Amino acid sequence: MSFDIAVMQFFNGISLFTILLLMAGGLAIVFGLMGVINMAHGELMALGAYMTYLTARAFELWAPSWMGVYIFFGIAVAFATTFVLGYLLERGFIRFFYKRPLDTLLATWGLSLILQQAYRSIFGPQEVSVPLASWLSGAWNVTDGIQLPLNRLFIVGLTFIVAVGVWMVLYRSAWGIRVRAVMQNRAMSGAVGIDTNRVDALTFALGSGLAGIAGSVFTMIGSTNPGTGQLYIIDSFIVVVFGGVASLLGTAFSSFAIAQSQTTLEYLMSGSMAKVTILVMVIVALYFRPSGLFTSRVRT
Amino acid sequence: MDAKRDFSEPLAYAALAVLLLLVLPQTLDDFRLNLMGKYLAFAFVAVGIVLTWGYGGILSLGQGIFFGAGGYMMAMFLKLEASAPELPDFMVWSSVETLPTWWVPFRSLGATVALILMVPTLFAWGFSYLVFRKRVGGVYFAIVTLALALTMTVLIIGQQGDTGGANGITDFRTMLGWDILSDEAKRTIYFAQVGLLLAAMLTASWIVRSRLGKLLIAIRDREDRVRFSGYDTAMIKAAVFAFAALLSAVGGAMYTLQAGLIAPGVVGVVSSVEMVIYAAVGGRLSVVGAVVGALLVGFLKSWLSESFPEAWLFFLGTLFILVVAVLPNGLAGIAGRFAHVWRPKEVPSATAAGRP
Repeated sequence: MSFDIAVMQFFNGISLFTILLLMAGGLAIVFGLMGVINMAHGELMALGAYMTYLTARAFELWAPSWMGVYIFFGIAVAFATTFVLGYLLERGFIRFFYKRPLDTLLATWGLSLILQQAYRSIFGPQEVSVPLASWLSGAWNVTDGIQLPLNRLFIVGLTFIVAVGVWMVLYRSAWGIRVRAVMQNRAMSGAVGIDTNRVDALTFALGSGLAGIAGSVFTMIGSTNPGTGQLYIIDSFIVVVFGGVASLLGTAFSSFAIAQSQTTLEYLMSGSMAKVTILVMVIVALYFRPSGLFTSRVRT
Repeated sequence: MDAKRDFSEPLAYAALAVLLLLVLPQTLDDFRLNLMGKYLAFAFVAVGIVLTWGYGGILSLGQGIFFGAGGYMMAMFLKLEASAPELPDFMVWSSVETLPTWWVPFRSLGATVALILMVPTLFAWGFSYLVFRKRVGGVYFAIVTLALALTMTVLIIGQQGDTGGANGITDFRTMLGWDILSDEAKRTIYFAQVGLLLAAMLTASWIVRSRLGKLLIAIRDREDRVRFSGYDTAMIKAAVFAFAALLSAVGGAMYTLQAGLIAPGVVGVVSSVEMVIYAAVGGRLSVVGAVVGALLVGFLKSWLSESFPEAWLFFLGTLFILVVAVLPNGLAGIAGRFAHVWRPKEVPSATAAGRP
């Protein structure tokens, strides 16, 4: 019996881990690789969620027979929208604030307020939710005591694919080499002919696109309201800082550690005390390792 | 810059004192004056942010913690007096049987005032000294303080029986038998607050002009050089941060007295970041500007969210972006530029109108 509970708890932790990883992964790319604090990252996630909602509504209206697979289109639409918005944001907004990280933080906070109010004005203050495809509802009964919800399993698989995809792009593609070159030495990368402005814009767009996917995934487990982004933004920053900026492996490890401790503690004590314990633990851990768990040995 | 500041700063002080002590009390009714008093409570925080952020380069997004600490401690005293000899009503609702130990000191006003002055200051000093000594600064400090503000809100809301939860602490009206919600009392508290605020501002201006102020600027611009010169930069930064926390706590206590309640909303992340914009709008390098900024943004907030509720967040968001992108020195920067236009004969130094 207790083994069953442990397995279910672990699986709950994995579910939280996937959302945190998708959110923090985008942040880690933007913050870790580019040094930009994007406080509007949560609102990009909310945009992804709203785009998925709109896709679901469109399928309901015009292609009801395809409702079973709308989520794949939803994810694509969410990624495309946030990717484009991220690109435009970087070109028209963020790039004016490079080298002023504290000001970037405040400016993107302003942007997040504007986006929140925009969602409230467009979609209304109430929550919106999407129907879950029939093949995703229900659970996989591993044993009598262990039931794993199918939508969560789907999310875990999806996150795995996205994570591998991001890793391939950054570490196994020509473009990834350019991104990492710019991150390590901007001036020298420019000197050898890399268009650093273009790399910046596309990197930021990729990070934003990941937030969009996170939002899309979020619709499968919760309903969306204008403040949805705020729920995860600080947690995601904590994950990135705890894992060590400039280390995607660190981000993955730290989202896993934080998600597992959070679900375990929530089982043992009240939700609020669990949250407080995590935050205090992270702050204490950061005291001993100020640059995070995983540090990259890059001279700046 | 110095020659000009020496002239313009006393002038700004005088204008602000006339506004706060004569113009507003004479022209506003009791309700509006009380509102102004509430905005002024946030001005204490803004003055602290000018010192830490403008001069020290330390951006804290958790000043609401100290503001809230001051406000909650004051409210605990008032609530205990209001509900004596029974337990406060929210404790009864959460079936708390006896007064929690950490509430006991708040039975006495003297102890409450002492704790308001000491607890946030010492906590801010200890916490930030540890962090600064590890050379954590810049955006990391901002994120850690943001996380602390979140922690504090979650804690307050979660511990309903000890803190009043999401509703905060409400329903009190006397301090040592004095009815603080009467119109006359509100005016008295307003003037007391303006007095405290002017004292806080003068202290802040004095710090800016002292050697400590010069050190702060040096730390903001090149911390390692100051450290190599033999200064304990972590201690200096922690001291200024602690002073800002002290100001915030006083502001919080004054807020509780005038609002007649305290709720987790003013402690939280959103409120804490808003406090930074007060200082930014007024001018992150100007003590007087910070107070004007707090008044102005506070006023606009009430006015816009009453008349055009949709517009407030759009406006605030645009304000954040504008102040950062176009007006890094805020209103004080504009005022400085106008002063320059009005007195064209004076030869301005190179840094007079721009960023120092």
